[in-house]
Amino acid sequence: MAVMAAKTIRVLAIASGGGHWVQLLRMRPAWDGCAVTYATVHADSAADVAPAPLLTFGDASRADWWRLPGVALRMLAIVLRVRPHVVVTTGAAPPLFALLFARALGARTLWVDSIANGEVLSSSGVLAAHVATQRVTQWPGLATGDIAYWGSVL
Amino acid sequence: MPFDRLIRAMDTWAEDHPATPVFFQIGKGSYEPRHGGFVRLMPVGAYRDHLAAAALFVAHAGMGSIISAIQAGKPLVMLPRSKPLGEHNTDHQLATAATVGQRDGLHVAATEGDLAAIIDRLLADTSASPAPIAPFASAELIGHIRAFIHAAGR
Repeated sequence: MAVMAAKTIRVLAIASGGGHWVQLLRMRPAWDGCAVTYATVHADSAADVAPAPLLTFGDASRADWWRLPGVALRMLAIVLRVRPHVVVTTGAAPPLFALLFARALGARTLWVDSIANGEVLSSSGVLAAHVATQRVTQWPGLATGDIAYWGSVL
Repeated sequence: MPFDRLIRAMDTWAEDHPATPVFFQIGKGSYEPRHGGFVRLMPVGAYRDHLAAAALFVAHAGMGSIISAIQAGKPLVMLPRSKPLGEHNTDHQLATAATVGQRDGLHVAATEGDLAAIIDRLLADTSASPAPIAPFASAELIGHIRAFIHAAGR
């Protein structure tokens, strides 16, 4: 008898702190039924997502660019540990590395640009063109040929 | 990044309103308020508790603050961070204030000099809170992300 064993999809849901993280939390029902691992910058954010596992990484931006190589290494470790089929991020810059490594290993990667960016796409969202299977904006006026509008977190 | 302009202005407001307790989270700022208690960074649980107990929330125009205020049903007064003043890497908080900041219950101060008048008006008007919202993003966004994730299973 053929058994339709549903493959459990491993999802890495990753975001920097503050607004990036609260936007990711508002998308949680999207990965119901999947094996989700979260990653963000504050360890106490584990309380937001328990019992799902939470990994942490150090934050970095262009203001402290010298931290980026260390952040990239940590992202590689996270991706190798989770082996995600899908990565979903709301930014900011550090998760770009997770998308890069996960995509190289065959994962589908989704960039959801922050709702903060209502006039132009974030600079990280522009860079995400190289590492995201799909990019979406939360503002219909910013949608283009390859940047979709799927609604917003609010 | 530091946002001393906001903390200093609110410390002055607190000095002028000794009957109204003000609690500060000041991040990496160098100015330490003298007219209210303060912390550098509070854990997420304490952040939610402080917000739940507050009559009014005053913050930068960041999405973490904005979504937290909306979810807690608290009126928010936001002062956008300025890139020329060294308060952020970009001026995107001006865009956030001009777009998301127009929702009911959210109030934008163009400069720190505008804060006191807005705060005094809101504290006298208890109808100024944001309307309640669902804990999760729109069904449209959740559904699209879900479809993206499950496309990885095929």
